Amino acid sequence: MSEQQYQKYYVPAQSPWPFVGAVALFLIAVGAGNFVIETTKGKEGFGGWILLAGLVVLFYMLIGWFKNQIDESMSGMHSEQLGRSYRQGMSWFIFSEVMFFAAFFGALFYARVIAVPWLGGASNNAMTAEVLWPGFEAIWPLVKTPDGTTTTAMGWFGLPLANTIILLTSSVTAHFAHVALEENKRGRLKLMLGLTILLGLCFLGLQVEEYVHAYREMGLTLQSGVYGNTFFMLTGFHGLHVTLGTLLLIIMFFRVLKGHFSPQNQFAFQAASWYWHFVDVVWVLLFVFVYIL
Amino acid sequence: MGKAALSALIALFSSAGVLAESAGADPYQLNLTKGVTDISAQVYDLHMTIFYICVAIGVVVFGAMLYAMVFHRKSKGVKPAHFHESVKVEVAWTIIPFIILIFMAVPAAKTLIAMEDTSEADVTILVTGSQWKWHYKYMDNDLEYYSLLATRPEQIGGKYEKGRNYLLEVDRPLVIPTDKKVRFLITSDDVIHSWWVPDFAVKKDANPGFINEAWTKVNEPGIYRGQCAELCGKDHGFMPVVVIAKEPAEYNAWVADQAAAQRRAKEEEQKLLAMNMDMGELMSVGEKVYQSACAACHMPNGEGLPGVFPALKGSKIALTDMPKHIDIVVNGVSGTAMQAFGKQLSLKELAAVITYERNAWGNNTGETVQAKDVNAVMTGK
Amino acid sequence: MSTVADDLHHDDHHDHKPSGIKRWLYTTNHKDIGTLYLWFAFIMFLIGGAMAMVIRAELFQPGLQIVDPNFFNQMTTVHGLIMVFGAVMPAFTGLANWMVPLMIGAPDMALPRMNNWSFWILPFAFLILLSSLFLEGGGPNFGWTFYAPLSTTYSNDSTALFVFSVHIMGASSIMGAINVIVTIFNMRAPGMTWMKMPLFVWTWLITAFLLIAVMPVLAGAVTMVLTDKFFGTSFFDAAGGGDPVMFQHIFWFFGHPEVYIMILPAFGIISQIVPTFSRKPLFGYSSMVYATTSIALLSFIVWAHHMFTTGMPLFAEMFFMFATMLISVPTGVKVFNWVATMWRGAISFEVPMLFALAFIVLFTLGGFSGLMLAITPVDFQYHDTYFVVAHFHYVLVTGAVFSIMAAVYYWLPKWTGKMYDETLAKWHFWCSLISVNVLFFPMHFVGLAGMPRRIPDYSLQFADFNQWISIGGFAFGLSQFIFLALLLKACRKEGEPVSDKVWDGAEGLEWEIPSPAPYHTFETPPVVK
Ligand code: HEA
Ligand code: HEA
Ligand code: HEC
Ligand code: CUA
Ligand SMILES: [Cu+2]
Repeated sequence: MSEQQYQKYYVPAQSPWPFVGAVALFLIAVGAGNFVIETTKGKEGFGGWILLAGLVVLFYMLIGWFKNQIDESMSGMHSEQLGRSYRQGMSWFIFSEVMFFAAFFGALFYARVIAVPWLGGASNNAMTAEVLWPGFEAIWPLVKTPDGTTTTAMGWFGLPLANTIILLTSSVTAHFAHVALEENKRGRLKLMLGLTILLGLCFLGLQVEEYVHAYREMGLTLQSGVYGNTFFMLTGFHGLHVTLGTLLLIIMFFRVLKGHFSPQNQFAFQAASWYWHFVDVVWVLLFVFVYIL
Repeated sequence: MGKAALSALIALFSSAGVLAESAGADPYQLNLTKGVTDISAQVYDLHMTIFYICVAIGVVVFGAMLYAMVFHRKSKGVKPAHFHESVKVEVAWTIIPFIILIFMAVPAAKTLIAMEDTSEADVTILVTGSQWKWHYKYMDNDLEYYSLLATRPEQIGGKYEKGRNYLLEVDRPLVIPTDKKVRFLITSDDVIHSWWVPDFAVKKDANPGFINEAWTKVNEPGIYRGQCAELCGKDHGFMPVVVIAKEPAEYNAWVADQAAAQRRAKEEEQKLLAMNMDMGELMSVGEKVYQSACAACHMPNGEGLPGVFPALKGSKIALTDMPKHIDIVVNGVSGTAMQAFGKQLSLKELAAVITYERNAWGNNTGETVQAKDVNAVMTGK
Repeated sequence: MSTVADDLHHDDHHDHKPSGIKRWLYTTNHKDIGTLYLWFAFIMFLIGGAMAMVIRAELFQPGLQIVDPNFFNQMTTVHGLIMVFGAVMPAFTGLANWMVPLMIGAPDMALPRMNNWSFWILPFAFLILLSSLFLEGGGPNFGWTFYAPLSTTYSNDSTALFVFSVHIMGASSIMGAINVIVTIFNMRAPGMTWMKMPLFVWTWLITAFLLIAVMPVLAGAVTMVLTDKFFGTSFFDAAGGGDPVMFQHIFWFFGHPEVYIMILPAFGIISQIVPTFSRKPLFGYSSMVYATTSIALLSFIVWAHHMFTTGMPLFAEMFFMFATMLISVPTGVKVFNWVATMWRGAISFEVPMLFALAFIVLFTLGGFSGLMLAITPVDFQYHDTYFVVAHFHYVLVTGAVFSIMAAVYYWLPKWTGKMYDETLAKWHFWCSLISVNVLFFPMHFVGLAGMPRRIPDYSLQFADFNQWISIGGFAFGLSQFIFLALLLKACRKEGEPVSDKVWDGAEGLEWEIPSPAPYHTFETPPVVK
């Protein structure tokens, strides 16, 4: 590592964007907090509007910051070393995302392997079942909670399987898009990137359909006990990440159309595609642990 | 149901004053109590062993440091040495602490295994925490009751002088036999509490929806005091545990007595249904009940804590909708701190407290609530 | 190491800093951002400390005198949150910002704009948290550990604001940590190999890994609290198949590494200061690195020692007891190495060294009580008493906070170019040292005698010691005004000018640049031999 050439590092001059971003997050947090209170407790207030304002400011900040960044990148101010910093930064960011999902996977495993069996009397909890929850049956998926709420479990066949295939394919196309970029084949690049985006959108569409089906026909909701909780929180946060990933890919698509990126200069593209692969891996885990097992 | 007549119980318990008090009131107590069970003695020994080991290590480490600070200082003109490594020394001070740890781990594991063995108990008691009182249910007898802080609010507020057992006294203590293995099943109705009696070395969390087990076998009769040991909201500091250990024979007599008293109280209640109480009686009983059962949240002046506990003074429910009012008090509001008082108070007490709420602090509805009104809501008409 | 000083003095001439408020709002300079972090942390320390004073005033005597129990709980909670997330962590991040680039010969942090962002979201997060105290029903009152269901079903509505402010604090820490890691991985000067890195850099690197691994888990935990409270999920509710104890597992999976996040950089600081004032190289450099790594790894498998009384099965209690005890071994290695560094050195007692020595003794004391807490059967007696409060204030106040003060005294002359006021500094040290022990030592006694924590009122037997504790607390609080005065003087650039290498025993790149450190340093990298 320290053998390598140390170049003159590009240290950006002052920038207003981070501070604008801080204001945005402030508005989002205050807004979201109040919005949650207002919607669930039926109170009056401006939470929703503050949240919206925050999102607008955030959007404004992102455009400004990215534009700034792209301009610097296009005018060749980014050294190879800076590129490495960006790549490493992105990888650690993705790692932090992995740990965020780990919290929810942890909740799933805990509920499944520990809490539900204990409620049914396993381990040192014989009296729990006998005194507090007589008649409770510890099975997974938990279609009947200890307090008697019932629901149905989501199967893996059909829509979820289709979604798995879609997302896996999109990972492949994303990879080919990257290969095409490396080989500087712009036509293939556009095609593959476009396909990836389309597949992402298909996935999202199908997931919306799945949710509608769950709520309308299956009685499976966010409130249906710990099975529904983990199901919707995991797939929901994943869906949010797919949405974000698709947005990133769309931005990349427009930049490709404008002729940005080259085999040498492609950090943003690479970051978006890493993110996409990460989202994909999370899905595979979801598919196995939430749907199949 | 926990509707025993208060006065009879208090009379019984006050005789406990003659029993030996545990030595917990020394203002300069520096150390853990040895307690009154074999386990608590083991725990105490373990505590001391580890403490002494730490002191010994401390003496060596700080001694060496002090030596260097005194003798290896620049002002004495010493020239610094240059060594900065020694595999031998470093390996030694990795392995030696490890060995010391093993010496701690073995007795610790033994004691732990003994503490967690709740099998073959002679008596089983279900302990349920709720904001902010304990409920005891004897699983082998027809006996259960609530146990609340008995210290007067005026003592807490500084108007009266604080008594000897300030904050460590309850209206109805738990009674257990000595020399018998008593198993506690510990759970909660709302948030997490923790049932703790230092003299038994028993502290177990009361988790809502789950039951934890603990046990004790007390060697000496006496009164043992502890406290709730998990933050459980506003009055976490006012949720003491008091246990009286009695000789088995005395204990058995006590249980029989109490069970009989509870049965009688229940029968009397049925008679109440046919009677009407007058406003004066309802208000005076109601005020007492209100101050002991409701004032913790709704405040003695009925104004509540804005944003946390609603005011009853001027509350729509307390002024108009009587059936709803009864329903809330009897069944609670699920998913909130408002608990179901139907099983905590007698019909008379319920009727009285609801009447009180409808007529105190300027809530002048002029209506009385009778036991039969409450019973109607309880039984669904 | 290297000779870069000439080059840098030359840099001095075009040392143009932007001026006015924009300098601070829009800055991308690691030194400015470091300064911002440090001042922010200090202000938070005063606010959190003022809350501790409310706690101590209420506990001055038995009975309820000053605040009602609900407000007392808010004070306890917000005191804990502010001290942990607002004072100690940002102070360490500030030190990392200032010193890591200087110590490894980098021109700045690797991602300077993100650096600014991760700072500026912090004041906003705490603004939200503090303002929630003024809402109807008040702010968070469920302890800094916000156990469910007290924080879900039974909390007040401001919990929503609490949740989002914690999200922002987490985002800030994660971004800060990414920046530190990337800086260290990618921006070391040529020749600065891994095993030549100063220990402060090493400990921060490992701290940053811990941060990235556990802050997202905290974010997950607060998110579940939010949905349990407001959206009808039952992660922590048995009626729906969840478990309140599950919250504790998730929280402490974050929480235990978190406490090492607050001590590893302290270890780094002490490992810089002790050799300097002993005029002797650090003893056992490589074992220090390995010990830090082991502590970090072990910290992931001990979390449930905070949960011994929750009724885990026996084997789990045993496992977590043994794993926790093991941490004493690498921590011991560190303590022994510091003592061995002092051994046969030529020790002098400047204020940074005084704080470092106090750290070694008092942190070890806190470590011993930690080891006692690790013994499950005895923890049943200690748990949730003032014995625990004594333990963690020894490791946090006389540990983390003392190390931060040591670091500030150590590097302040480098930052300002002037020696701090030594009389004030000595007064600050001695007043703090004495009062802090009057404050925290008797907590062991009341804890062992059975006083639970988080209570606004206590039985009469604890009265005398609590009075001492409160008096110690007020004295310690007042002592911090000496520090404030000293810092204000330093900022006005009063004092004797210092040389580049402020301390005669100091080693490292940061001592080869001028004092005060120019606005831009190492624009061309030094070569480390
Ligand atoms: C900087 C923060 C910090 C640090 C470094 C530590 C260090 C340790 N802590 Fe502490 N701890 C906290 C902060 C910290 N802790 C906090 C904040 C809480 C309370 C949270 C809450 O509930 O609010 C807590 C609570 C806490 C508990 C739970 C108590 C309870 O609630 O019942 C336990 C139990 O095991 C524990 C153990 C330990 C141990 C074993 C160490 C070890 O790392 C200590 C190791 C060090 C030494 C042992 C000394 C030096 C070693 C030698 C000289 C070698 C030779 C020694 C021997 C072989 C004995 N801690
Ligand atoms: C790094 C973290 C840190 C630091 C530095 C401190 C510093 C202090 N802490 Fe705290 N503390 C915690 C972390 C920390 N604490 C945590 C995590 C908890 C657990 C919370 C929970 O249970 O959820 C806790 C809990 C806690 C309690 C237990 C509360 C309870 O259980 O109810 C107490 C009680 O005495 C206490 C006291 C103090 C005091 C007196 C200081 C002093 O060192 C503070 C000194 C500083 C000042 C005083 C500021 C300077 C002075 C002023 C601003 C002017 C005002 C001064 C005067 C009027 C004299 N702390
Ligand atoms: C542990 C706290 C607590 C205790 C003790 C308590 N309450 Fe409540 N009470 C509440 C809370 C919280 C609510 C609000 C419930 C809701 O959100 O609907 C409430 C609501 C009520 C209401 C409805 C008020 C309204 O305007 O909506 C009445 C009536 C009431 N309580 C009566 C009582 C009586 C009578 C007692 C004692 C016998 C009592 N409470 C004890 C916490 C408590
Ligand atoms: Cu119940 Cu604390
Ligand atoms: Cu811990």
